[in-house]
Amino acid sequence: MDVGAVVAWFLDPVHWSGSNGVPVRVLEHVVLSALALALGAAVALPAGLAIGHTGRGERVAVAVAGLGRAVPSYALLILFVPLFGLGFASAVPALVLLSIPPILVNAVAGLRDSDAETTEAGRGMGMTEWQVLRDVELPAAMPAILAGLRTSAVQVVATATLAAVVAGGGLGRYIVDGFAVQRYDRLVAGAVLVAALALLTERAFATLQRTFERRGGRPAEDPFGVVAPPVMLGS
Amino acid sequence: MIRWDVIRGNLPLITAKIGEHLALTVVAVGVGLVLSFVVVILIRDRRRLVGLVMGFFGFVYTIPSLALLALLVPFTRLSFLTSEIALVGYTLLILARNLLAGLDAVPRDVVEAADAMGYSRWRRLWQVELPLALPLVVAGIRIATVTTIGLVMVTALIGFGGLGQVMLRGYSFRNDTLVLVGFVLTVALGVTADLALGWLGRAVTPWSRARAAG
Repeated sequence: MDVGAVVAWFLDPVHWSGSNGVPVRVLEHVVLSALALALGAAVALPAGLAIGHTGRGERVAVAVAGLGRAVPSYALLILFVPLFGLGFASAVPALVLLSIPPILVNAVAGLRDSDAETTEAGRGMGMTEWQVLRDVELPAAMPAILAGLRTSAVQVVATATLAAVVAGGGLGRYIVDGFAVQRYDRLVAGAVLVAALALLTERAFATLQRTFERRGGRPAEDPFGVVAPPVMLGS
Repeated sequence: MIRWDVIRGNLPLITAKIGEHLALTVVAVGVGLVLSFVVVILIRDRRRLVGLVMGFFGFVYTIPSLALLALLVPFTRLSFLTSEIALVGYTLLILARNLLAGLDAVPRDVVEAADAMGYSRWRRLWQVELPLALPLVVAGIRIATVTTIGLVMVTALIGFGGLGQVMLRGYSFRNDTLVLVGFVLTVALGVTADLALGWLGRAVTPWSRARAAG
């Protein structure tokens, strides 16, 4: 492969302007990913906190986690096209559903592992349930919650690339079009941009997670959840 | 909405693609297992190296699948090899981490007892450490397999993809039946693999069942 051709692609000003330029494609990718992650978190975080705090409904969280692993994002995306139409219309719901399981499971696990003595002490001091959740459990569980958001964010950024397969925008456009017209410079340039964005996202959330760990949160293990399957929850 | 004549007409395609999906998955997890095993055995005593290698596996794991395929195609073309390099790449983090975690969890005194009994390094590994690490290793194989079944779909874009190809064809020809068939079969494949490997995990570690019962 010709590395020079890829460098030349990046240096050509034509690729930095207009609706197919790098700034627009990056923006599309980030907006799509952020929107999906925000919507997913809006559903998964309150649910995860409620389940983790009360200890009720853990089976539901386990089932959602298992289902999340068995349903491939690519399959979901294409399934939604006949239902919702092309492009972002299908990409947004697919990405939202994809983002929910890691956020939910990590929030539940983060709260469930909270120190029983500390929460009891809080109740003994006359704290309400809401205060126990907000002032005792949540600060300790923040790294775990961030770990969940980190996994989801990386998956969402990766899958947002596939939106281009169903005529959506974003950085996947360069890859899908590069394949279609067999232009390897565009193909590789797109791949480099997507990989950089995913790695940057991962690092950003990792830094945020470390910040909360330094502030006294319980260190969260294994952000990718690979050592033990999430099914461990509640079993 | 489902047209049964379409399913009947495409039955040879569908069965062939299920076979392709399974073949891509089994080869990827098999090669990934051998590779991660060799790497872990070579580096496990050197902690700095473990950090470096796992960092690299994590780096590969974070690269979106479509981007990784796109980066490989200029070198290895639209080939089975390209698909497998990418698929194997994603299994490495999962399999190596679980193997390491399993070996790390072997109690110190068990290892020392084996040493005191004069076990060689290899015999200790095969007869003492690996059996004790087995539950986490099988858990890793389970996650890697289900993950790979999902990732195989994406290789449809370079001409493979098993059931991903069925869905892509349904999408291209606006054939909703093929889209739905591809989706249902993929999820069924993932769930079946998850359940089967979960069962295998319990079957190969009868002592964990005995402990739960006792």
